[in-house]
Amino acid sequence: MSERVVELEILRYDPDQGEAPHFQTYSVPCREDWVVLDAINYIKDELDRTLSYRWSCHMAVCGSCGMVINGEPALACHAFVRDYPDKIRVEPLHNFPVERDLVVNMDDFIGKLTSVKPWLIAKDPKTIDEGAYRQSKAELSVFKQYTACINCLLCYSACPQYALNDAFVGPAALALAHRYNQDSRDVGRSARQDVVASNPGIWECSFVGACSEVCPKSVDPAAAIQQSKIASTGDYFLDFLMPWRNKSAQSGNDE
Amino acid sequence: METIDTDIAIIGAGGAGLRAAIAASEANPGLNIALISKVYPMRSHTVAAEGGAAGVIKDEDSFDNHFNDTVSGGDWLCDQDAVELFIHEAPRELTQIEHWGCPWSRDEEGRVAVRPFGGMKVERTWYAADKTGFHLLHTLFQTSLKYPGIRRYDEYYSTDLVVVDGRCQGLTAIEMRTGQVRFFRAKAVIIATGGAGKVFPFTTNGAIKTGDGMAMAYRAGVPLKDMEFVQYHPTGLPGTGILITEGSRGEGGILVNKDGYRYLQDYNLGPPDPWPRKKAMELGPRDRLSQAFWHEQQKGRTIETDYGDVVHLDLRHLGAAKINERLPMVRELAMSYVGVDPIEAPIPVRPVVHYTMGGIDTDITTATNVAGLYAAGECACVSINGANRLGSNSLTELLVFGSLAGRNAASYVQNGAQAANETVVNEAAKAAQQRVLELFRRKGSGESIAHLRRDMNTTMEAGAGIYRSEDSLQSCVTQMQALRQRYAYVELTDKSNVFNTDLIEALELGSMLDVALTMACSALERKESRGSHQRLDFTERDDANYLRHTLASFAADQLPTIGYSDVTITRSQPAERVYGGSQE
Amino acid sequence: MSRPYIRPVSRTGWWLAQPRYVRYMLREISSLFIGGYMLIMITGLYRLSQGPQEYAAFLTALLGPAGVAYALVTLVFAAYHTYTWFIVTPKAMPLVIAGKRVPGPLIVAAHWLGFAVVSVALWLLMTAGGA
Repeated sequence: MSERVVELEILRYDPDQGEAPHFQTYSVPCREDWVVLDAINYIKDELDRTLSYRWSCHMAVCGSCGMVINGEPALACHAFVRDYPDKIRVEPLHNFPVERDLVVNMDDFIGKLTSVKPWLIAKDPKTIDEGAYRQSKAELSVFKQYTACINCLLCYSACPQYALNDAFVGPAALALAHRYNQDSRDVGRSARQDVVASNPGIWECSFVGACSEVCPKSVDPAAAIQQSKIASTGDYFLDFLMPWRNKSAQSGNDE
Repeated sequence: METIDTDIAIIGAGGAGLRAAIAASEANPGLNIALISKVYPMRSHTVAAEGGAAGVIKDEDSFDNHFNDTVSGGDWLCDQDAVELFIHEAPRELTQIEHWGCPWSRDEEGRVAVRPFGGMKVERTWYAADKTGFHLLHTLFQTSLKYPGIRRYDEYYSTDLVVVDGRCQGLTAIEMRTGQVRFFRAKAVIIATGGAGKVFPFTTNGAIKTGDGMAMAYRAGVPLKDMEFVQYHPTGLPGTGILITEGSRGEGGILVNKDGYRYLQDYNLGPPDPWPRKKAMELGPRDRLSQAFWHEQQKGRTIETDYGDVVHLDLRHLGAAKINERLPMVRELAMSYVGVDPIEAPIPVRPVVHYTMGGIDTDITTATNVAGLYAAGECACVSINGANRLGSNSLTELLVFGSLAGRNAASYVQNGAQAANETVVNEAAKAAQQRVLELFRRKGSGESIAHLRRDMNTTMEAGAGIYRSEDSLQSCVTQMQALRQRYAYVELTDKSNVFNTDLIEALELGSMLDVALTMACSALERKESRGSHQRLDFTERDDANYLRHTLASFAADQLPTIGYSDVTITRSQPAERVYGGSQE
Repeated sequence: MSRPYIRPVSRTGWWLAQPRYVRYMLREISSLFIGGYMLIMITGLYRLSQGPQEYAAFLTALLGPAGVAYALVTLVFAAYHTYTWFIVTPKAMPLVIAGKRVPGPLIVAAHWLGFAVVSVALWLLMTAGGA
């Protein structure tokens, strides 16, 4: 198998060393079938032990290795070196504070994810003995694609609204809210409404669509948000015309 | 050193850890539960599991069937009382997670669907497309967010257990963001840190599977049980080791050698009936399939590639529609990582290390020999998997034993867990902190962590691979000891306090060296072949001498002490493991 | 010591960083031109109310080089907006008929068909009525 020498230009930052963030270049002999993560691992193992980054599964399912590679948010384990030129610039995800090198602070996302109540609020609570809920293939297909989110945060890195206003709840969190709202077993839309159908929620989105373009799992968060806007608008008018509906809205937590 | 007080501390936030946290919080919402993990929960390796989770559900199935499949699959090394408990709890746990929103795949009537799986005589593997582990993990993680009693400590690397007077008092962990060691003072600790596949070079396991929890318990005086039993999954991609799920064989995939011949029929797994057929050869147990590969390799019938020898997994006959509906992830992985579209061509695969049957010795309640210390999931060995695990039993295992550990730890705390003398405990915590500081400050001799790790990988694959011998194992043990000595001279290049992965990798390497040594020593002493432990010099199963569990106990600066414990046999006496058509 | 570094984002120039952002801004800017064209139309109505002479002057200006140039630019922007709008309609309103999801391209094609029908009808209306 042939090898190609690739120059990786990586953004470094170590607050303990007191330096400002700066780029550092490494020459890496890459095999044909390598991904950028393999090149980064090579750097860590052979050239520079001080490079910090997150990774685990190497198969695009754990979501750890999100980075910006030649300007585009990508999973390092799914970015094939064969698709890149001889110079590859690697930076941490945009729009998150950088803790160290390629490691960003994800606290904001975790908080937002929690705030949309991403758990099943059962329409018709059952005991275990009563068995599983019935759900048709058609009902499953309505929300299935939105379950595929691996929380890699490439969408937050791509979203200019999140870049300009970090109060925005953001694509992944809103897509997961939509996943539960669309699940036939769930009845929690009104419980999630305060956060989801708010100004920093779906209404901050101006449908740039960058999130869906970079999503490695084809979740299509942009679609989830637009559908949520339509549903929410419908709710708004129905609530106006029939204020008695949803008076018994659940609090959103299981007993 | 900052002390964090909590009722229960759970190390590891994968399937078992999350399930334990939820179970403990449901048992007593007033409990403080610290969920500590070196990665964010959704990165845990449960996420990579694909095929499914087993639980009796069909009318034509029975608990007896699941019991017998599991016990024979484990080559009779399973503790049968534990298996009994496991199979009964299985459908309940799988139903519970469905109630929590898990998007199980459905049949035409909207009921949960099941698929055939290796070693299971009746279909009972619940599945969510071919990403079951992913869906289980995310369902558990998202559900865990609604319990105020669960407080997460994400990206805290646990280093040592604090055990005083035979009772667990908590643990020390490095807050990776700041590099500071924290002492978690806990009344009960549950270890759910997963397996140790990274000890080997070719593995489906992610970077984080370094056996840290096993090593922590081991150093604290808990024996590691049945460590010689390491499962090779027959179908991993060459090079990366990426898992190609058993589900692809469950849907009808076949394995062929370089002559296009379904070679498994030569190894008592046949006959090679056309699909569909529940007892099809390709659905034999994993140990047998991996061993068959080794034999084909010896005969020169495997296909050479840049990444070693492979065989072919052929899915073409399933057709595009079925592949896209049932195995979309398999298709994507094959196309991305080996440039093969399974609709058009067979996928190159080879056996890769996948699962650690052995682990922290626990009883049927998930308790260890240290009061207040529990373990569940792949890091533990109850044992329900014995000498070889059946596919799709592991995801269920996380739920059943995770739940049990959470409940038991909660009642242990409620029944008044006694705290030991505070001064002694603080001293022990300080000593643990010192261990980390010593590594941080050490002036070594330029020993490379990466090269040491690679040498360990090569040593283990050569000495303790699919087939072992007295010579290979003896040499392995000797080399592992030498590696241990070299490890003492490792020096950190990265001296930062902020997210220092050089330090974390050094600590992980220490864990792996400990765990690898127990694997090699346990294998050396087991002079028989059983399940996934196959010896060229002792080719038969020896129930008279070895129908027992191996226990490897820590002895400082020496080889682990090897002891044995009985296997609980209730109603299934050891017999011949028979697969394929002759079972009809 | 953890000391997170926050990379600055240019509030005016952020959209120049990637082609997809430039395309998005073009889509959004189309509203300015279309809004401007509406103002021209409203002005036309006003001129009409003022009398035939004022209205004739308005039409002369409208059909002059500047007017035509503006109209063409607006047409291009409007068409671009229509194109981008139609392409995303399947995302906002997924359609399921008889248990099967209607493929996106079909929904988009249906929109273009409707667009063509309405455009032809309007053209006929305009040419039949006489300028």
